[in-house]
Amino acid sequence: MNFRFLCIKLLRALVTVMIVLTFVFIVLRVSGDPVETMLGDEADPEVVEFYRDKYGLDRPIYEQYFLYFKGVFSGDLGFSFKDERDAIEVVAERIPRTLQLGLASFAFSIFLGVPLGILAALNRNTALDRFTMGFAVFGYSIPNFFLGIVLILIFAMWLRMLPSSGSGTWLHLIMPVITLGTAGAGSLARFARSSMLEVLNKSYMRAATAKGVPRSRRIAWHALPNAAIPIVTIIGFRLGDMVAGSVITETVFAWPGVGRLLVTSVSGRDLAIVQTILILVALTMVTANLIVDLIYGWIDPRIRVSSSMDKD
Amino acid sequence: MAEITHEPRFRITPRVWAKYPPLVLVCFLFIAAVLFVAIFADFLAPKLYTTQDLLNRLKPPSWLGGPEQYLLGTDELGRDILSRLFFAIRVSVFVAILGTIIGAVIGTFLGFLAAHSRGWIEEGIMMMVDVQASVPFLIIALAVLAFFGNSLTLFIIIMGINGWEAYARLTRGMVLSATTHGYAVAVRSLGARPLRIYGRHILPNIASALIVQFTLNFPSTILLETSLSFLGLGIQPPLTSLGQMLGAGRDHLILAWWISVIPGLTIFFTTLSISIVGDWLRDRLDPTLRGR
Repeated sequence: MNFRFLCIKLLRALVTVMIVLTFVFIVLRVSGDPVETMLGDEADPEVVEFYRDKYGLDRPIYEQYFLYFKGVFSGDLGFSFKDERDAIEVVAERIPRTLQLGLASFAFSIFLGVPLGILAALNRNTALDRFTMGFAVFGYSIPNFFLGIVLILIFAMWLRMLPSSGSGTWLHLIMPVITLGTAGAGSLARFARSSMLEVLNKSYMRAATAKGVPRSRRIAWHALPNAAIPIVTIIGFRLGDMVAGSVITETVFAWPGVGRLLVTSVSGRDLAIVQTILILVALTMVTANLIVDLIYGWIDPRIRVSSSMDKD
Repeated sequence: MAEITHEPRFRITPRVWAKYPPLVLVCFLFIAAVLFVAIFADFLAPKLYTTQDLLNRLKPPSWLGGPEQYLLGTDELGRDILSRLFFAIRVSVFVAILGTIIGAVIGTFLGFLAAHSRGWIEEGIMMMVDVQASVPFLIIALAVLAFFGNSLTLFIIIMGINGWEAYARLTRGMVLSATTHGYAVAVRSLGARPLRIYGRHILPNIASALIVQFTLNFPSTILLETSLSFLGLGIQPPLTSLGQMLGAGRDHLILAWWISVIPGLTIFFTTLSISIVGDWLRDRLDPTLRGR
């Protein structure tokens, strides 16, 4: 792996996290006294004084900035006044549930979307192709909160087949996974199809045909690896939508994950939790993008040499 | 020879509806209807959207056996769903249009600025573009709402910040390539100031791509508004919006599914129509953008 490529990507990832942290720092100070906003109105004056001293609010702004970063990097992301525990603890115990739902939905959208798109491309202009494209448009046009509610109506209330909320058994997982994964499946299907069509039209495919390579081998060895390159990037892009979608999906199905915690914390103005989740999401996204970049560079050596500015 | 010249040219992203302009027409009609309702909600709504009728609570639509005066039924306070739907459409469309315009103006301006100044300012702007593109905006919006509390002004500003990065990236790329084109070089040699070159010459040339971006960004703004309102963190009662209606109706799914499903279908068909028209427009106006 090219060392310079890795350095640039790492640096960009780091800067993204720094900007998000700076954003939180600025917003917290612009929106009023950060300690009062964090602790709420009913806080004990002694506690307020303690935190004011801790964050150094009587010191110059650059020192506060430094102190803030020091706190964050030593794992101090504030105190949840609702739970009366460290925010990081409250968030951490919700993560497994969110991962469970997220990974299942991710797998659902990849294993449904990519094969559908490839099959559609191989059977262009057939009923299967039309169905796939119809599904794709449906998938990413339907708002996930509405899809969730329609699923609840049909499968939980009318057919009484699935539980409408909560978590525990794998039955609880079905509707949230469909709700969260359908948009991804739709856009992946559409993207896999166009990427495959583009590859099938390349001259090396014609060369393979001329050489007498059988169709199945042509598709598996010549077309798929090349079509995979753009699909990998789009899978990386999907992650952001998945994170946003999980906030909605977890709320619709009362799934006890980070997303639902975020919504309740925003309405309860439990800012320590909100800030922790924001930083967690930024870290996740940055790491995921980094991984996608690395995979991308690994499967397509042409990318490794490109620098940061010529991406357009 | 003939076979080579007639090689079938696959479009990079063929779409089912590309062959079916009637579908685009239907979508256009639907969008027109939505806009019409948004503008004339006062005249079209049979009742005020806040008028309660406590004797007629959770009644089904009249064509499903509900009382005759309520075409789409009533909600938990006996308010007419049809009238609420009209006003909700007005609020959602108004917020989305305003938000999309703000985003387009900010993004286009920063895109021009980046392309013009190069150097550190450009790096900075593109950095912000990357940050915004890498952190899901719903999360940022939720955080801002948590920090500042909710107000309609703030909410509209949030809608505006959504999607600016797409315009900035697009504008920067197009301006950079446009400044090397003959017409821009010619005007510059004539001694025109940068503002004039950008405003009078380059902007009109890249406008069609920006308009396409506008139609592509619009559904995502509607979805952001409806999502936040659905979560109870966007438009607040007594004001109503499509997402707010849907979210409020969630508590009454068993008894009165229509409260949620009717605004849900409206959101779905609106975003679907705009995406279809936007994709179609993209193909019509700017063939160079195909496959982006």
